[in-house]
Amino acid sequence: MDNNWPLWEIFVRSKNGLEHRHFGSLHAADEEMALENARDVYTRRNEGVSIWVVKSSNITASNPENNGELFEPAQDKVYRHPTFYKLPDDVKHM
Amino acid sequence: MKSEHLYNYILGIADNSLILGQRLGELCGHGPSLETDIAGTNISLDLIGQTRSYYQYAAKISGENKTEDDIAFLRLERHYKNVLLVEQPNTHFGFVMGRQYLFDVFHLLLLKELQSSKDETLAAIAKKGIKEVSYHKRFSGDWVKRLGDGTPQSAAKMQEAIHDLWPYTQELFDMTDADTAMALEGVGVDVSKLKKA
Repeated sequence: MDNNWPLWEIFVRSKNGLEHRHFGSLHAADEEMALENARDVYTRRNEGVSIWVVKSSNITASNPENNGELFEPAQDKVYRHPTFYKLPDDVKHM
Repeated sequence: MKSEHLYNYILGIADNSLILGQRLGELCGHGPSLETDIAGTNISLDLIGQTRSYYQYAAKISGENKTEDDIAFLRLERHYKNVLLVEQPNTHFGFVMGRQYLFDVFHLLLLKELQSSKDETLAAIAKKGIKEVSYHKRFSGDWVKRLGDGTPQSAAKMQEAIHDLWPYTQELFDMTDADTAMALEGVGVDVSKLKKA
């Protein structure tokens, strides 16, 4: 049965104010069923206040073969991280 | 015992949820897909959780030093007060969803009325259950529509399931002695009136 169902990526917002995060994926026939399935699979232990479902085929992903040209040039450029500033104690979630 | 009728009334409601919860529980690990399997087992657990609240209350008023487990497990089969609808065996997924939907519609109507019961404990249990049962109805109702609108085979199976299950729905609206007595006292719900709703 689920061989015929497309794959959906599930994003859950665990608390108001936080962003939706990728929780996993599941099979469903359409977006309504994907929402209900996501509710049962990912939020039954009180994990969420909001769910987004996106058909996996609608996501364009980078190709791991291109990791060299995409990501490696950034590896020796530590100065692009703002790590050389002193952070006041009051600032959280940085 | 504080009230024989109240005790029987509570069991009349709770036994439906217990037996349907058990029927769904049998399917744990056997659902047509991982997602529907988890959903069905979730509903089963909701129902059994609700049952516990009712049985704990029944045990308290029984005056016989009983526990919820005694009431759940230590009765002979003829002493369970569930309607026949909820004990119908699992045959196929469409049948299970049809059985669920017919019960969910009734269950939601019942709890909506029961939350205005003069009995505070029953009212509180009903209030807590409404959100769960609203979701059950949404889930089972979506599947009844989905299978009905699906392929000719799924529509035929769904139609056949409703046809086979429908005769059992009348019993939901029959008033037992306990129902009548409790409805008169404003504790119970007059289920015969729910039929129109």
